Amino acid sequence: MNLTLHIWRQKDARTKGKFVIYKVENVHEEMSFLEMLDILNEQLIAKNEDPVAFDHDCREGICGCCSLYINGRAHGPKRGITVCQLHMRHFKDGDSIWIEPWRARPFPVLKDLIVDRAPLDRIMQAGGYISARIGSAQDANTILIDHDTAESSMDAAACIGCGACVASCKNASAMLFVAAKVSHLGQLPQGKLEREKRVLAMIAQMDKEGFGGCTNTKACEAECPKEIKITHIARLNREFLRASVV
Amino acid sequence: MGWFIRTFYSSIGKKLIMALTGLFLCSFLSVHLMGNFQLFKNDGGAAFNHYSEFMSTNPLIRILEIGMVIGFALHIFDGIRLWLLNRSARPVGYAKNDAAANSTFFSRTMIYSGGIVFVFLAVHLKSFFVEHRVLGSELTMYQSVVQAFHDPVYSLFYVAALVLLGFHLNHGFQSAFQTLGMNHKKYTPLIKFLGLMFSILIPLGYATMPLYFLLTK
Ligand code: FES
Repeated sequence: MNLTLHIWRQKDARTKGKFVIYKVENVHEEMSFLEMLDILNEQLIAKNEDPVAFDHDCREGICGCCSLYINGRAHGPKRGITVCQLHMRHFKDGDSIWIEPWRARPFPVLKDLIVDRAPLDRIMQAGGYISARIGSAQDANTILIDHDTAESSMDAAACIGCGACVASCKNASAMLFVAAKVSHLGQLPQGKLEREKRVLAMIAQMDKEGFGGCTNTKACEAECPKEIKITHIARLNREFLRASVV
Repeated sequence: MGWFIRTFYSSIGKKLIMALTGLFLCSFLSVHLMGNFQLFKNDGGAAFNHYSEFMSTNPLIRILEIGMVIGFALHIFDGIRLWLLNRSARPVGYAKNDAAANSTFFSRTMIYSGGIVFVFLAVHLKSFFVEHRVLGSELTMYQSVVQAFHDPVYSLFYVAALVLLGFHLNHGFQSAFQTLGMNHKKYTPLIKFLGLMFSILIPLGYATMPLYFLLTK
């Protein structure tokens, strides 16, 4: 298939960017979206032009690097997948595709489609860890966790930190990201010890970075490639209230 | 005191204020509606006048009134503050944004539906509160109501604002419970159902009043 791409090009964080139109031909429907961009970049390199910069690493949906806003949706039109898992069979010959970087004040564009997601790392540094000494690795099942709690914690742990929640939220809120981390660690016996300190520190850092507040539109839940639910945000709110008031 | 300020200054705290005041205002909506239904009693407004006299003189109601004013003020100021903050979190927008694919229209337009309800509130207070309690109108409250709703423009403005109130409640009611940390597969479907009913029945109940007086008197 032949496609017309409208891609955001921006030299660096200080320069103003703009959309540039590219044509790519003979795109195979079995290609992934990133492979389609690889083809475009090969063409650009052959013409001695600057290739389009975009984030990617594992290309199997687990690292959270890829981060494109495609035709108005974080990670493109399909639910529950990252861009690297999006295949060209979901597009048609002759389609126009708009490709933009994540947009949020805390995520400045570094180049083209790459944004700086360090604010998410700083939120993790503020409290997204367990510092209690739990000794060396123990036998399995010495610390008992009931099945439902383990499942719920595991659902939250699926977060790959890609930032699609921030990108798709009309308020550029990082609440689903923070909720996933707080919910993941705070439900387990090892993480429970620091639950109050953790939630307060992570929320304080989240606010400091300049993310917006959650207004429960649920856009994050719909666009999260790991389909993390806003029930975790409700838990975050509870944890915050508990740590603040109780 | 420090923890208190810190709590309500944080992004979650601001939302807690929205949720708590929002639910409080929902209770006001229910009580106000029930009282107003006395307009339909076929006694030339005697019961309604008696009720409005009671509401404006009873000391307990007067104290609750202060709470209501604070509730409105907090909800409005905090809402605007949150909106400005949230807007500033994305200075450069998307060229293409398919928001309808991931969220409801009502959830994205709270500031607009709320803004129109606020304009309505100002007009409403001018017509009934200011006229009677401040300027000391000659008319009884019932006569004021009949007179006001006789004007089709005024009545239709009420109906239009009530539709927007319904939009606001559609998202607001169930959203408040999520903010308060209440989201569970056991009771959330019930909250959503109640929220939907509330957002339809309350504005509908209120709309019967301008329509009744417009069409019959
Ligand atoms: S490249 Fe790793 S998740 Fe897409």
